[in-house]
Amino acid sequence: MERIYLDNNATTPVLPEVFEAMRPYFGERFGNASSIHHHGQETRAAVESARESVADLLGCRASEIIFTSGGTEGDNLAIAGLVKAGDHVITSSIEHHAVLHACKHLGERACEVTVLPVDDRGQVDPDEVGRALRRNTKLISIMMANNETGVLQPVDAIGKIAAEAGVSFHTDAVQAAGKVAVDVKRIGCHALSISGHKMHAPQGIGALYVRKGTKIEPLFYGGAHERSRRAGTENVPGIVALGKAAQLAKHALDRADDQKMALLRDSLEQGILTQVEDAGVNGDGAPRVPNTTNIHFEHIEGEALVIALDLKGLAVSTGSACSSGAIEPSHVLIAMGLRTERAKSSVRFSLGKQTTAKDIDRAVVLVPDAVARLRALSPGYRRQAISS
Amino acid sequence: MPESSTIAVAMSGGVDSSTVAAMLRAEGHTVIGLTMQLWNQRRLAGRDGMPESVQGRCCSLDDVYDARRVARQIGIPYYVVNHEERFERDVVRPFVEEYLSGRTPIPCSLCNNHLKFDQLLIVAQQIGADCVATGHYARVAYDKVWGRWLLKRPADLSKDQTYFLFGLTQDQLSRTLFPLGDMTKPEVRELARQHGLALAEKPDSQEICFVPGGDYKRFIDAYLADQGESLPDTAGDLVTTSGEVIGEHSGVHNFTVGQRKGLGVATGSPLYVIQISGASKQVIVGGDEHLYSRTLRARRVNLISVEDLREPMRVAVKIRHRHEPAPATMERVGADEILVTFDQPQRAITPGQAAVFYEGEIVVGGGWIT
Repeated sequence: MERIYLDNNATTPVLPEVFEAMRPYFGERFGNASSIHHHGQETRAAVESARESVADLLGCRASEIIFTSGGTEGDNLAIAGLVKAGDHVITSSIEHHAVLHACKHLGERACEVTVLPVDDRGQVDPDEVGRALRRNTKLISIMMANNETGVLQPVDAIGKIAAEAGVSFHTDAVQAAGKVAVDVKRIGCHALSISGHKMHAPQGIGALYVRKGTKIEPLFYGGAHERSRRAGTENVPGIVALGKAAQLAKHALDRADDQKMALLRDSLEQGILTQVEDAGVNGDGAPRVPNTTNIHFEHIEGEALVIALDLKGLAVSTGSACSSGAIEPSHVLIAMGLRTERAKSSVRFSLGKQTTAKDIDRAVVLVPDAVARLRALSPGYRRQAISS
Repeated sequence: MPESSTIAVAMSGGVDSSTVAAMLRAEGHTVIGLTMQLWNQRRLAGRDGMPESVQGRCCSLDDVYDARRVARQIGIPYYVVNHEERFERDVVRPFVEEYLSGRTPIPCSLCNNHLKFDQLLIVAQQIGADCVATGHYARVAYDKVWGRWLLKRPADLSKDQTYFLFGLTQDQLSRTLFPLGDMTKPEVRELARQHGLALAEKPDSQEICFVPGGDYKRFIDAYLADQGESLPDTAGDLVTTSGEVIGEHSGVHNFTVGQRKGLGVATGSPLYVIQISGASKQVIVGGDEHLYSRTLRARRVNLISVEDLREPMRVAVKIRHRHEPAPATMERVGADEILVTFDQPQRAITPGQAAVFYEGEIVVGGGWIT
């Protein structure tokens, strides 16, 4: 069966160039980057070169990059590392659980946490951030792009508010990096996390930008790796891959590939919406990353649509990836004010660099077919069709 | 069933449903494995005396793991679908309320009616399956003469599960397969071995899936506490069949008809629970002889082999899972009420349980004992 993958916000395939770049570091270039000898020097050079590529993508200095195991670690390191007992933290209701649960944990450790709402398009209001500031506010953690809707947050404005208030600002840019330009200076953040596998590097590697002069407590203790901010022998193949992926992402953005991807995404969206009634885009009208669309299909269970499409070879998701089935409707969509039924009827389509126009054409055929079948067999939809 | 169709198999992670999936796959059908996530086994774990560990229970991670591994091994797509909300509403909540009203519920029948053969069947059709197969021991056949789908007892009567399936409608039966209906349990295990399934020796599950350890009283306490509700006060008098109050009891949900232990009174001759009155909170006790009754009334009736019951019908009636069907006459006495009169008095007819009517191996229908 021909398979089409439109779940790139869950993970992306490793690009062939990225795989080739990392391959030698599983074999002949195996050294520990901390070793004195030739082998160590070889991998040390690779790690530092990758650090420069990542810094180049984010507009910062190489010394401001800490390699991590991924987005979750970066978020936890930023939050736990910048906040102490008695501090106040501001975050939003649509953050990834890596941020929300880390903040919840802080709340259990004598910190105060404010969770800001979003509007019906899924955006945080910067004025609300300003109003939430307290004397003991230490950190604002607001994501750059939401993983479920792709909606971009007004991080530049929030960065200004943070700067004026003298408060640290962390942004989870896991779903933004590689998709839109990310410039830590323009954002004015003190910390920014990214994840390799969301941008065509492998799973298990990520990076956290920490602005020079920002004191951060490590999560791990051990060796003096990563300037004593992240102990543990470096994941050299992963780091090399992330460096390569960052380089490719930078080139692609310079070539305006993001606009091409937005066109593909828009044609998917339009193709579906012109054929399916009682459907709409969640977060419509808000600025979004170019690869994501989240669509509600009234009267169906998103879970069943995901399964039906998978059986036809199209991989999408309900947004909250959980192997044993999600119990709760998406916290993001609920925060945007969607009814439970509408939230549960929503499905996320997310494109990657490998996605072709042919893939989109096929999806535009498969989705309306599957929705029609689901609705024809949905007791609720039949009742409504009869009564209307 | 056509030679090659698309079949969704309800996979619990046990040997029966795993074998069904392997059989159907080997027969050349397109098979989709589905596991219903119905109850979060960790939700009440460790609470109010509930067991900490819930391994090896339906809907536990272990069972999902087992089902997934079988699906991988036999090469079929496999998905977990979550129906916890509906399960709680249609099975768990009624289970608790039935006990608190002095009845003895059967959650498995409710689950079959509302989840496995309703919700799952809908999902199966929605994702492109023609029918659902399960590992139940029962048989389905189409009777051309009467134009009806029949539910029949299986070859292995010791595993007969038709008692829990009496609520199936004609439409549901027409889309249901019970591939184990002609097999015995040892044959199923042997087939599982032949298919190389590692769980061929996995023990059968016995108890109610959401009540680990089988202690339903603790479950009710823990569930209500989890809901932020307090246990309603259903304590009342312990009364003899002649109306004499001989003591007090701690709550009607602690009793079931026919129960002898735990009455809290000492008398010369053995006493049994004869009747429980939810309204007056009375538990009526008496000697063994008072447990026998010749009649019962059943409501919320579902008829399978016949469309309607216009005149009295001779049947054999089963009043609990482990009960040999007893000869009786059934007749309609109301729009949704059937009166069953047994040839011989039956012991401990229990409100809340099902009465299932058989004509030989054919299930005529069933209803809930009032």
